[in-house]
Amino acid sequence: MVMATFKLWRGDRDAGRFEDYQTDITEGMVVLDAVHQIQAEQAQDLAVRWNCKAGKCGSCSAEVNGSPKLMCMTRCSDIPLDKPVSIEPMKAFPLIKDLVTDVSWNFQVKKRIKPFKPRQPDADDGTWRMAQADIDRVQEFRKCIECFLCQDVCHVLREHQMHDAFIGPRFFVYGASLEMHPLDIENRLGDLKDSDGIGYCNITKCCTKVCPEDITITDNAIIPLKERVVDEFYDPLQKLFRIFRPRG
Amino acid sequence: MLNYETHEYDVLVIGAGGAGLRAAIEAAATRLSVGLVCKSLLGKAHTVMAEGGIAAALANVDQRDDWKVHFTDTMRGGQYVNNWRMAELHAKEAPACVRELEAWGALFDRTQDGRILQRNFGGHKYPRLAHVGDRTGLEMIRTLQDHGIHQGIEVHMECTVVTLLQDDGRVVGAFGYDRERGRFRVFRAKAVILATGGVGRAYKITSNSWEYTGDGHSLAYHAGADLMDMEFVQFHPTGMVWPPSVRGILVTEGVRGEGGVLRNREGRRFMFDDIPELYRNQTSDNEEEGWRYTQGDPDARRPPELLTRDHVARCIVREIKEGRGSPHDGVFLDIAWIKERLPTAEDHIRRKLPSMYHQFKQLAGIDITKEAMEVGPTTHYVMGGIRVDADTQMSNVPGLFAAGECAAGLHGANRLGGNSLSDLLVFGKRAGRYAAEFAAEHGAGTIDEAQIESTATWALRYFESNGSAPTEAENPYRVQADLQDMMQDLVGIVRTESDLRKGVEALRDLAGRAQRVTVPGNREYNAGWHTALDLRHLLTVSEAIALAALERKESRGAHFREDYPDKDENEARENIIVRKGPDGEMQVTREALPATRSDLQTVIEEMQ
Repeated sequence: MVMATFKLWRGDRDAGRFEDYQTDITEGMVVLDAVHQIQAEQAQDLAVRWNCKAGKCGSCSAEVNGSPKLMCMTRCSDIPLDKPVSIEPMKAFPLIKDLVTDVSWNFQVKKRIKPFKPRQPDADDGTWRMAQADIDRVQEFRKCIECFLCQDVCHVLREHQMHDAFIGPRFFVYGASLEMHPLDIENRLGDLKDSDGIGYCNITKCCTKVCPEDITITDNAIIPLKERVVDEFYDPLQKLFRIFRPRG
Repeated sequence: MLNYETHEYDVLVIGAGGAGLRAAIEAAATRLSVGLVCKSLLGKAHTVMAEGGIAAALANVDQRDDWKVHFTDTMRGGQYVNNWRMAELHAKEAPACVRELEAWGALFDRTQDGRILQRNFGGHKYPRLAHVGDRTGLEMIRTLQDHGIHQGIEVHMECTVVTLLQDDGRVVGAFGYDRERGRFRVFRAKAVILATGGVGRAYKITSNSWEYTGDGHSLAYHAGADLMDMEFVQFHPTGMVWPPSVRGILVTEGVRGEGGVLRNREGRRFMFDDIPELYRNQTSDNEEEGWRYTQGDPDARRPPELLTRDHVARCIVREIKEGRGSPHDGVFLDIAWIKERLPTAEDHIRRKLPSMYHQFKQLAGIDITKEAMEVGPTTHYVMGGIRVDADTQMSNVPGLFAAGECAAGLHGANRLGGNSLSDLLVFGKRAGRYAAEFAAEHGAGTIDEAQIESTATWALRYFESNGSAPTEAENPYRVQADLQDMMQDLVGIVRTESDLRKGVEALRDLAGRAQRVTVPGNREYNAGWHTALDLRHLLTVSEAIALAALERKESRGAHFREDYPDKDENEARENIIVRKGPDGEMQVTREALPATRSDLQTVIEEMQ
């Protein structure tokens, strides 16, 4: 058992500061355990989101010593405890209180994206046939637990605050999961180019690095979507083809 | 004058896990206005934690499967105190509900010929669970969420209901607060559906998150609804036991479905030592046959690790008690051994059980493709709940419906793995349909301002600034933790009359302490205040569990009484009902189990 110091961000929309708390760390504890211990013993009104405590729900996102993490999957033994551990709320979203931010923008963005639209069923009983190999890549995207850490580190959102013009990595992954779904027949490429702002992403891969589900966000979702957008709107050969072959 | 926001809907759904979302979608399909209230953000409810799969007799993998086999398995698993009508509807309607998810975008793992793949699970005769690796719940809740947000449902995230509002007995709305600002909200509705999940936070070791404080059970009880079968609390046999901070986190039954075996410290597969009579014909008596079953041999019988959860949990407790447990008071769950049989075992494990691999690697520093896990029972699910009409899901209180874990009946004394996700879909859908019907037939009721005022006064008195004597002040987290310790010790897996009586006594003391809880700070996102308000629900459901457990003098399914270790067929003819008496005291009564329809009784007998 060791005594460790945690610097927790305390504050609301208007003002805030770090406050130091000391607490005992025992074998196997994760950062969220330490925060809960502090909450129960020293800071009853501390605001922190959590649910599953097993890396499956994506609620307890925060910045631990400056890096975006799920607190429930960050073991105290993996961070140096000989100096204070700082825990801050995500920066890309407005603060509500302490470690809790207002992530409602994400839910509004999702609502704007055209929903899943399946082709006609393959069989008379109303079911479809899909090969496992054809859904593997979409299943990768569907692992997303919506922790929004990728949104938090994306500089387009974090530094440039372009929430009105850019939907962020989470929703490119969502878009890719729909566009590459074997049954889906909707076309979202125009939206990706215009209202979703996919062009603003300059593939620095910050999002991929922080994904707790190890989704290869940039390479597997964003780049293929960018290629589809380019093929659809900027390829001169395609353009020629379309002049002679009007779309039905 | 009290300040609050008012929202008005035809149908109000409380809870946004699988059942609540499915109910809201169904109600919205009738073009009525629907409000959905949830304590967390959308998509974070406990459904997201479900790992193994959705049980439905699709017969994609084994053509011998059909609704009758599923029905029989469910009744047998529930030790025949299930509501037979719910078991029938569930078995018949689950396949269509799974196909509906696919039509809404869910991507289940596939068979060779491109259909939905199904896997083996405890108590299911044939491979029956539609799944996505070991993250089926995530797939299900995300599919419902992504479909639901386009159906015109108004969602109130991070909003907690404190009481139901009534007009001459009928439920006509709910009163609560938003967590962000602590502002009060009134929801007026012609019909209300409770889909609030379980009660796991009443116990120390649990797979449940902070949300599962029995809100729906308690809201319904205080509104006059009957609770039924509350003694049946499922302790999942395999939760993590080490390190201490992860104790209770679920380890999916899918590990055993894929060939994982349970061993004691001597390396013995102890599950072979005790196979119940009810399952003897279906269970293999040697390791070879058990392995073949997990690999899809249709002629092989299931290994004893895939017996029902109540039985497996008790066998694990026995091994630990008799000194044959693992170093940290669990037993070993070993999937790594399959490398003796499969050359590609490591890849196979990582592909079939990715989140288990991840979970152990990250939280316990264990590579499950190489080493055995340590596991022990964890509070997982409550079979008991709000007593509802099987077809409509309406409680005995007009206008109040319940679906999913907070409703009783389908699972009897023990739930089969995989039957929860299908329960959410089948009965969420039904609750949505019939609540909408009720709303269409009834006008809006009158809201009782006095009830709102008194509830608000009660909720606000917890703030220390409101002047409780500080010497006696209690910390809400402390009271909650003490309640959890007590329930774990006295109302846990193995029960006796004297322990249960002590438990009931201890609850009185805890209720007194809960009265003296005070919290610092203001109403804005104050977790201490939220914990204090939830204590009332926890105390209510804990008392219901303890009293029902005292009343059932036999051992059946998840309810094990050391002083009555055998099944008693007389006890099995009755349900234990808990309701609020005229003076506010908790009453326990018995009611005869409805007789199973004769054609279904024949089905059960034919499949013995």
